[in-house]
Amino acid sequence: MDFDIIFGNAARAALGPEAIILALAAIGLNIHFGYTGLLNFGQVGFIMLGAYGTSVTVATFGWSLWAGIPIGLFLALALAVTLGIPTLRLHAVMFAIATIAAAEIIRILIGSTDAIGLTGGPLSVSFDAGAFFDLNPYADGPQDRYGVGTFAFTGQQMWVITVGWVLVALVSLFVFLIVRSPWGRVLKSIREDQDAARSLGKNVFWYKMQALMIGGVIGGMAGVIDAIKTSGADPNGFRPQVTFYTYTALLLGGAATYLGPVLGAILFWFLREWIESFLRQLSAEAWLPNAVADFLEGSEGIISVAMVGLALVLLMLFRPQGITGNRTEMQLDAR
Amino acid sequence: MILLGLALGLSMMLATPALAQDNPDPGQTELNGTIRFGFNQFFEGVVITVADSAGAEVGQAVTDADGRWNVRVPGAGAYRVSIDTGTLPEGIRLREGQEAVVDAVVDAGRGRAVVFAVGEAPKGTPFGERAAQTVFNGFKFGLIIAMSAIGLSLIYGTTGLVNFAHGELVTFGAVIAWYFNSSWGGLNLVAAAVLTVIVCGMLGAGLESGLFRPLRARRLGIFQLVVITIGLSLLGRQLIQLFFGAEPLPYRDFQVQKRWEFGPWAVTPREVTTIAVILAALVAVGLMLQKTRFGKATRAVADNADLAAVSGINVNRVVLIVWVMGAALAGLGGVFQGLDADIDPFLGFQLLLLIFAGVELGGLGTAYGSLAGSLIIGMSTEVSTLWISPELKFVVPLAALILVLLLRPQGLFGIRARVG
Repeated sequence: MDFDIIFGNAARAALGPEAIILALAAIGLNIHFGYTGLLNFGQVGFIMLGAYGTSVTVATFGWSLWAGIPIGLFLALALAVTLGIPTLRLHAVMFAIATIAAAEIIRILIGSTDAIGLTGGPLSVSFDAGAFFDLNPYADGPQDRYGVGTFAFTGQQMWVITVGWVLVALVSLFVFLIVRSPWGRVLKSIREDQDAARSLGKNVFWYKMQALMIGGVIGGMAGVIDAIKTSGADPNGFRPQVTFYTYTALLLGGAATYLGPVLGAILFWFLREWIESFLRQLSAEAWLPNAVADFLEGSEGIISVAMVGLALVLLMLFRPQGITGNRTEMQLDAR
Repeated sequence: MILLGLALGLSMMLATPALAQDNPDPGQTELNGTIRFGFNQFFEGVVITVADSAGAEVGQAVTDADGRWNVRVPGAGAYRVSIDTGTLPEGIRLREGQEAVVDAVVDAGRGRAVVFAVGEAPKGTPFGERAAQTVFNGFKFGLIIAMSAIGLSLIYGTTGLVNFAHGELVTFGAVIAWYFNSSWGGLNLVAAAVLTVIVCGMLGAGLESGLFRPLRARRLGIFQLVVITIGLSLLGRQLIQLFFGAEPLPYRDFQVQKRWEFGPWAVTPREVTTIAVILAALVAVGLMLQKTRFGKATRAVADNADLAAVSGINVNRVVLIVWVMGAALAGLGGVFQGLDADIDPFLGFQLLLLIFAGVELGGLGTAYGSLAGSLIIGMSTEVSTLWISPELKFVVPLAALILVLLLRPQGLFGIRARVG
């Protein structure tokens, strides 16, 4: 058992592009759920439109990547508006179901063979993200590695990571500024008691819509990073679980806090990769009975996702405010 | 019924498809693909021609015995790929809407897969007959949804819990029955189904008394409960996948049956049994809710649990029985769904959104409303395949769900109440 490899893998996942994508998705969700109390269970839909908007613009229409990124973000914004108008007035749980359904509709349509000409359908779409990597200041030879042991990135990855974490920092700062403004206080008052907010003359529907739009566009940014990182998009990467992972990260770090989503995303990927790597090393151990080793072999990923489910249950039972949160802010009986 | 085949194996909603990009020689700049129908019919001798953007022919390929073809191209760029439909086997043609000429962009050093969706030519079944058959399929599917939905609806009614892990109860039923039927002693599926109902009922009792009753005592908020059930759903699905695997498997019994002809319908005895058993179960539940003391107690708890408790009703016992019943019916629903389409770990989660759609369509908390809603959802799912491709059929009920929420948020039979 080599713990250097295990911790190296876990640290790479915790700081790598996956954690950046999850952090951005969770920051967006934090505006929906943490500050406004909206049970958005379709966050993956915003990520998907960000990723596909970017990929399809470049791959299918042959436009520049710099046009693709705003188009991806615009599609996420458009989804927020079209989804919000019918559903924002709903009971919280119905809103949750409607948002899952909407994200699934988009995924099925994008991934269908009828859409092959546009989105690549069940085949993934891939494009040339060269415009982004042309700006890469890191030396990117086949031998160039940044880091030690398994905790190392290629030059291309370093560029994605640098841009990604800077983006996470800027978005976090933006959220910090808007949430501590009077506008942010209205959001929190809607979360606590929307009837009270309405009685004070606040247009609750419009505030919720703004929250949905801003959080959705931030989710779209997660999709853009995803598209650039993989130079494409695959419909199977956007199943409802992605939203559940985002909730896990947010609740782990602490909802309704500024750094909670970022901390949660880093921890989520660190722990998930740690468990997976640990199990992979464990199944190779000689002292393990053959039956156990065979059972573990190839199941490491399944078990680590099962742990995500378990973590959600335990978090809600014992520490609903997460690591950094405030317990009283998480006692909302969402409506 | 027309069977539409796809050149690529397609997942329905959550099954993981095997999207192997056929790339025999990595590093080659090439176009490739497989001409096939479904998973097991591969077409040999189909001619594929590749031309560059100027229209000059670059290469030609003929599919091998596995339906595979590949054409190397001189470099990255856009190419035009065309299929010679005359070389397709007799009676096979391109799927409706599939063009015989497709544009594809190849990156340097990479294989690019090109899909030609191939389907069987219609066998000349008249539209009326196909419509009748889809209505029948939709009715059956709607009944399966309705039976699985009873538990979700009654548990919500009595305890206010929206159980996102309900789909995994359905999956659990399907999978346990598969084990009884295949691995553990190879019981007849009827016996396996009876055992499954018992095991699922016990699981329901265990979940209620071991987990949800203590949770209610802690007075958690709605959100916390929803997230707990989502966590359970994820955990349950992964555990099932851990033991059962991700590959869809069928039951051992009742697979091949001779169809009975009833007017425009051709139905298997299996389907008739499914419908009869579910109808009987639904009638029994309805009678029980309306006529028995227990049913009256259930309705009282659903109406106002505190008031019911004050009147001497043992609320916890009522909820326990509701859980046992709901889980048993969900498990049985899983068996029927598994009989209809093969069993995989995602079977229940895929059904869950349709169950929600049915319950919401009818009006949350209205028993007959969710029956009607489920039937509408089942029918619209199946009947839509008359006009749209089957891979898109789940879009219809989900879109219907959102539309109903927009036009009539209280559902078709619910009572209007302002919420936000």
